Amino acid sequence: MNSAEQIARDVQSGSMSATSVLQMSLDAIRARNEELNVFLYVDEEGAFETASSIDARIAKGEDVGPLAGVPVALKDNLCQDGIPTTCSSKILEGWRPPYNATVIDRLLAAGAVPVGKTNLDEFAMGSSTENSAFGPTRNPLNPSRVPGGSSGGSAAAVAADMTPLALGSDTGGSIRQPAALCGLVGMKPSYGLVSRYGLIAFASSLDQIGPLTKSVTDAAMLLEAIAGHDEMDSTSLAEPAPSLVAHVNDGVAGKRIGLVRELIDGADEDVVASVERAVEALREAGATIVELSVPEFRLGLSAYYLIAPAEASSNLARFDGVRYGLRVNEGDVTAMMEATRTAGFGDEVKRRIMLGTYALSAGYYDAYYGQALKVRTLTIDAFARAYQQADLLLGATTPSVAFEFGSKTSNPMAMYLSDVFTIPSNLSGEPAISVPFGTGEAGLPTGVQLLGPGRSEATLFAAARVLEIAND
Amino acid sequence: MVVGLEVHTELKTNTKMFCGCVNVFGAAPNTNVCPVCLGLPGALPVLNVRAVELAMAIGTALHSTISPSTFHRKNYFYPDMPKDFQISQYDLPINAGGYLDLPDGSRVTIERAHLEEDTGKSTHLGGSGRIHGADRSLVDYNRSGVPLVEIVSGPDIRSSAQARAYVAELRGILIATGASDGRMEEGSMRIDANVSVRKSGEPFGTRCEIKNLNSLRSLQRAIDFEAQRQADLLDEGGAVRQETRHWDENLATTSTMRVKEEADDYRYFREPDLVDLIPDLAWQQRVRDALGPMPAQRRSTLSARLDLPTDALLGAVEVVIDLGLDGFVNGAIDAGVAPELAIARAANELAASIDTLDNLTLASFVATLMMEQRGDLSATQAKSILLELLAAGGDPQAIAASKGYERLASGALGDLVATLIEANPDEWSRYREGDEKLAQFFVGQVMARTKGQANGKEVIAELKARR
Repeated sequence: MNSAEQIARDVQSGSMSATSVLQMSLDAIRARNEELNVFLYVDEEGAFETASSIDARIAKGEDVGPLAGVPVALKDNLCQDGIPTTCSSKILEGWRPPYNATVIDRLLAAGAVPVGKTNLDEFAMGSSTENSAFGPTRNPLNPSRVPGGSSGGSAAAVAADMTPLALGSDTGGSIRQPAALCGLVGMKPSYGLVSRYGLIAFASSLDQIGPLTKSVTDAAMLLEAIAGHDEMDSTSLAEPAPSLVAHVNDGVAGKRIGLVRELIDGADEDVVASVERAVEALREAGATIVELSVPEFRLGLSAYYLIAPAEASSNLARFDGVRYGLRVNEGDVTAMMEATRTAGFGDEVKRRIMLGTYALSAGYYDAYYGQALKVRTLTIDAFARAYQQADLLLGATTPSVAFEFGSKTSNPMAMYLSDVFTIPSNLSGEPAISVPFGTGEAGLPTGVQLLGPGRSEATLFAAARVLEIAND
Repeated sequence: MVVGLEVHTELKTNTKMFCGCVNVFGAAPNTNVCPVCLGLPGALPVLNVRAVELAMAIGTALHSTISPSTFHRKNYFYPDMPKDFQISQYDLPINAGGYLDLPDGSRVTIERAHLEEDTGKSTHLGGSGRIHGADRSLVDYNRSGVPLVEIVSGPDIRSSAQARAYVAELRGILIATGASDGRMEEGSMRIDANVSVRKSGEPFGTRCEIKNLNSLRSLQRAIDFEAQRQADLLDEGGAVRQETRHWDENLATTSTMRVKEEADDYRYFREPDLVDLIPDLAWQQRVRDALGPMPAQRRSTLSARLDLPTDALLGAVEVVIDLGLDGFVNGAIDAGVAPELAIARAANELAASIDTLDNLTLASFVATLMMEQRGDLSATQAKSILLELLAAGGDPQAIAASKGYERLASGALGDLVATLIEANPDEWSRYREGDEKLAQFFVGQVMARTKGQANGKEVIAELKARR
């Protein structure tokens, strides 16, 4: 499938219709969805309606927006009016939200065509999409491997050429890690750049919606379309959306890029080798490379696995069988709630609810949640110090290439370690991007991660574009 | 006894605390709801600025310090709470400290007055009628997300009468700030009372919390019952167990709801979906400037206008201030109405129709009272015109004319009195011998013949002239 950039140009010029683009997308989904389990729901009817209205408006000479006729896959934790939204959980099976997430309204306003909802680890808790109640998603590049997670379905949709664009959400690496494992560009924007209204919360202070695409330019286009202040989200940044696409080719000449030891330590050799080659490519493009150590990053994983479950334990309380979704009738209301939650949530979700409930409990709060908040502050300060020495930071996105199914499911700690390089940016609320660079074991792609200070998305895209060109 | 009160008041905002749904009482169930106040997955709260202003107004009136504050989540499962947590304020409330002076001169300290959201309302059908043991439960989420301010007093109250006076004074302040309509019967004010007893001079005893008292009468009775229960327990050599108790209005007793060991662990933590609330000084000043005089000051202003402040009149002043009718009274006095008359009509007729007060203008109130004062209307007629004005509005002169309320010519009244004296010789002679009660007999006769048009005082003057 063509890039979003190309499709939008063709649709805008009338050389290709939005409906014919959609047809290609639906054909690709039909060809491989059974094998890969990417989409949980395909909204064929709604997508055709959207595409036809775009074609009608183009025929009248109207400007339909920068993403004219581009099919987009949506992670199934984004609420879409009237469309089943499950978070890959039995507890929400059959529920249809009565409203659109802000990002979906913005996609429609930009002329994009949402085609369906993609699989994820239940409530975005996981790093392989194996935690979905509706079965795992397979990596299109090697179906015996995981696509990463939790936005594994969105990553697979793009990697399998089903849609050129996909939205994911990133709480501890859930966009960047599957992007790395599927050979894609994936960005977690600055906290507050994209409205969370309509994103079913996992950990509210860490969650951020972002793009998964094949190219840096496509990612910039998609982020530009969904970014900017939203009065429905109190944590939304007040400033208007930044100009991103215009700066994609700004390069890295004169930029100081910090190679962070803690962002490669413990990674497989093939991954480290790719990062080292990325260093050379950036140097050749005019960047100065400085080597840094940020020891606080080692604490991030532990802090994250207290903060995220604590918030999740509260965010997921509402799934109690009273108002929507699954209800298991039993005894009185307390028994009904218990039975519903026992039947509706999977093991990983239950594990995190229990972790979080414990971390917030009277008598334990200070030792766990309170302590984790202090580490979070340390992490933020450590980033600030690092950005005095470098404009951007560089490291690996994940410790390994896409791994085999079942290789980490029996050991939650091994699975949690997949997020060790991506978590610091969630704790600080700063942006980071994963860009495919080089290959590793079994010919699978390796991802390189670039991290920047708050609102440095344009600089990050420009640096990622340098690597994209060098990789080709 | 030692009492501390937690008063929850619903704020009179147009919309709810975190969404655009209208905030009204009495709509059909689940009609004023949206993804936010239903706590649907993905929905996020956005703070209502007006609720913050009203909270600051309450704090200002209670001499609190308006402070940078944060919101927390109070986590517990309950079906009428759509998110299964309540957004409230915890360690950093918007109003910290303060005090309230009562009419008897005592002072009750205020610990805090913080913002939080209300829950939905459950109705339990069949079976026990309580949540556990009912056949079915229905939940109305119209109230979910309505803004509340919880005002927490210090343990300074020493009698149920003082508790009652505190709530009455606080209610006046809430009405005066525009924060609340003060309608306790509609649940816009709900009170939890912490009660303990001790021998004079000893440290505080173990307290019990009585939940959800929703009238001044229940408050006073519940506190008295609970203090007596604890005193009896101690006298018998027992101990008070710290617990939450329920007041049964019909049985006039409190009973255990849950003991301390069963108390919920609310797992408070900062609400990550909201930002810190830091009202700047200019905003605080605007709220302060917009605040009118509080009930205590208004009470003394109005009392000072009375020549002879009898207990009955001061009681009527209290009613006038409590109901916020002093605008009418002061306006009428300014226009030349006698203070006693203005206060009496406000404390009785206006107070009785307070729900339809919007129909009455100051001008028509003044015009009616001036007609009465001039003797153009009898007291009965003036009252009946006020009743009509309160029910449907209109012009007092026109109403008087349409009802045929015209002043009797003084000669006509004299003739009528003479006729009645002739027709009732026994009553007349007893009156002449000094039985004053019979004056009322003649007044009644005159009123009957004139369909209430006569002025009672003028009748008595005619009688006296003939005695």
